[in-house]
Amino acid sequence: MKSVLPVLTVIAAILGIWLLAVIPMNMHLVADQAQRDGAVVQPETPAARQGLSGAALAVRNPALIPLTYSFKRPRLPSPQQVAGEMYETIFAKKITSKRSLVYHGWVTLAPTLLGFAIGTGLGILLAVGIVYSRVMDRSVMPWAIVSQTIPILALAPMVIVVMGSMGIQGLFPKSLIAAYLSFFPVVVGMVKGLRSPSAMQLDLLRTYNATGSQGFWTLRLPASAPYLFASLKIGVSASLVGTIVAELPTGARAGFGARMLVGDQYGQPLVSWAALFAAALTAAALVGLFSAIERITLRRMGMAAA
Amino acid sequence: MSEPQSVISARNLDLTFQTNDGPVHALKGVDLDIRQGEFVSFIGPSGCGKTTFLRVMADLEQPTGGEITVNGVSPREAREARAYGYVFQAAGLYPWRTIGGNIRLPLEIMGVPKAEHAERVARVLELVELAGFEKKFPWQLSGGMQQRASIARALSFNADLLLMDEPFGALDEIVRDHLNEQLLKLWDRTGKTIAFVTHSIPEAVYLSTKIVVMSPRPGRITDVIESPLPKERPLEIRESAEFLEIAHRVREGLRAGHADD
Amino acid sequence: MMYIIAAVLIWVAGWWLNVRLANGATSDRMAVKFMIPAIFGLTIVIVWELLVRGFEVNPVILPAPSSVLLRLVDEGPILWADFRQTILKGAVSGYVIGTVAAFVVAIIADRSDFLTRGILPVGSFMAALPIVGTAPIFVKWLGSDWESKAAVVAVMVFFPILVNTVAGLKDTSGMQRDLMRTYAAGYWQTLFKLRLPSAAPFIFNGLKIGTTLALIGAIVAEFFGSPTVGMGFRISTSFGQLALDMVWAEIVVAALAGSAFYGAMTWMEKRVTFWHPSQR
Repeated sequence: MKSVLPVLTVIAAILGIWLLAVIPMNMHLVADQAQRDGAVVQPETPAARQGLSGAALAVRNPALIPLTYSFKRPRLPSPQQVAGEMYETIFAKKITSKRSLVYHGWVTLAPTLLGFAIGTGLGILLAVGIVYSRVMDRSVMPWAIVSQTIPILALAPMVIVVMGSMGIQGLFPKSLIAAYLSFFPVVVGMVKGLRSPSAMQLDLLRTYNATGSQGFWTLRLPASAPYLFASLKIGVSASLVGTIVAELPTGARAGFGARMLVGDQYGQPLVSWAALFAAALTAAALVGLFSAIERITLRRMGMAAA
Repeated sequence: MSEPQSVISARNLDLTFQTNDGPVHALKGVDLDIRQGEFVSFIGPSGCGKTTFLRVMADLEQPTGGEITVNGVSPREAREARAYGYVFQAAGLYPWRTIGGNIRLPLEIMGVPKAEHAERVARVLELVELAGFEKKFPWQLSGGMQQRASIARALSFNADLLLMDEPFGALDEIVRDHLNEQLLKLWDRTGKTIAFVTHSIPEAVYLSTKIVVMSPRPGRITDVIESPLPKERPLEIRESAEFLEIAHRVREGLRAGHADD
Repeated sequence: MMYIIAAVLIWVAGWWLNVRLANGATSDRMAVKFMIPAIFGLTIVIVWELLVRGFEVNPVILPAPSSVLLRLVDEGPILWADFRQTILKGAVSGYVIGTVAAFVVAIIADRSDFLTRGILPVGSFMAALPIVGTAPIFVKWLGSDWESKAAVVAVMVFFPILVNTVAGLKDTSGMQRDLMRTYAAGYWQTLFKLRLPSAAPFIFNGLKIGTTLALIGAIVAEFFGSPTVGMGFRISTSFGQLALDMVWAEIVVAALAGSAFYGAMTWMEKRVTFWHPSQR
């Protein structure tokens, strides 16, 4: 709790930098517009203005500074513009509307969660296989580790296109990417977790002459819980990023990724920024949800430190 | 002003920690003088303030009352003058430095000319009988050897005062006996003043010229015993009648401290 | 049909060989440890080749490994140019900028406990966000050449490295700090002699996470605008031409580059943190 004030301070500092940056970023656009509207701008020709930095232009035309915060098609929108757009598209629009961010959010979230569930389930199964089978361990584990160093996310849009050309559309292609991205973190984390019991704890079970499945359910699986949750948090945000990237350049009509691109291509930067922040909030909510489940579960299991 | 020979001089020293369960009197009304060249042990049950007292001497804790001087000045000035070497319960060697590198660490920090490093490292390694281990990394050494290296590190910058906080507490008895013997030889050869915290009665009696018995709640001194044992002390001295008599007196002092509970 | 039967046989043979190797007496030798995953990988590639031929899979959907290999050899100069544009110019320069910025901010934050407590949660929050979504914005701001890619990469790698560095700098024991205090060591002496070395394992963790992010950022950002060279550009245009074997060739290059980048960091980590229990 004692970090609330520092966190707020850091956020305030970021907002402050943003607010300051709005002025030079938008100054040229605002000056051009103001001149077209008949105002006197220093210097007078656009060419001469290009030679100046945004900040220098602001110093010469202090009267135009307030306009940078409300410019319609800014290079960098102001925080209040983004907040306004988000309020507009999240609360003020009907959920079924094509402009509602809640609608687009669901389009992104549904495949994310489905894929995440599939990826996690398969990941846990493979991890159990790796821990109990020496062959699997030796042949698959190195590839699981190497695969994390490969920028597979960059290929997400292609997967969508290929599957689209095979006639598979909708939820499934995006889920596949989300599943793939959550799969390997879960495998690596679970293998670590299932192997975390110490030699002494394993020996204790041997003295009880416990069977393999007893050892799994009473020792290995509970011991892996903290590792599993750490992987779940990584996996769920990776899944969301994967779904968004999959939506980005593929001509998708709906979803956060599509909104980011639509705003960019049709000169509506506010739409892009609102989608970006909505995606950030969604990621935060998902990670927060899993942190909460982690805290409650680990406390119930008596493993939480605090 | 204290006498010139008095290395540590504490008068009516108090230290109270404020905790969630109320104030804890770690030290209360502590008076003590340590003269140059003495080997003083502090012994007592946990919570008696012996480590706290040592940390006050080292300016790692601030007293809340009374006075203390180290070499005639405040602990802070003494620390800034690098007047003492401190040996912790664990060796705490940096794993990324070799043994030699660890011993050079204080020399680098204190700005000792580079040309002197090699000679000094060799000298202190020889003092703790670790010559030839300079290039090894700490994790390649046993616990006892690591602790010896940490003593060498404390000796490397020629401070006349050595503060040792249960340095052998984590080691097994056989290693401990050996290190005690070595420490006595080292003290004899270097003539340093040593303040030594321990919870082992035989260790305290074997090593010290003066034994300070402390007791908890509040942390205070209950007895100060000047040891009549000769300076030359083979390990067998621990079976002599004289030795057992002092040990008995220490045990009595500890028991008296506990009787208040 | 022959192809499919061969595929099944190869799979069974490969697996049988690995079972023998993994459970055999020599299974802990270094060479065998490398051989088993190599055999596994090779088996998959061969089975893939045979299945593509056996089922006569449309190359627009899944090309055969042999045609990908052919592309890799034939299109060497193009792949090399793409590699230089995307990896060397975009990813590496962005990675360096992001890393330096993260170090500077971490050192500044480290001087104040208040700032540290603020930056850690905000930073780890930011590290979990889909920052790659800012790519279109940066392309708009900085143009379509490598500068915009470097900017996206810099922002993406900044937060994980910052969080790990700040957390690492906090990770010293009370005893180690007390020791430096008994030496009356100053702030910078403590930083360079104690805290940076002991933070190294954390810092390398951040640096390793950053390698993959850098490649992703550089490639994805090219989907939003690039000169007519670059891995992202090639991937999306080859798709338009239905040249899937070229896409896969770029994937292979990306995978090799990613592993090499990560491997380089791991090698440096081994050199620097040789003393850490996880390395020895």
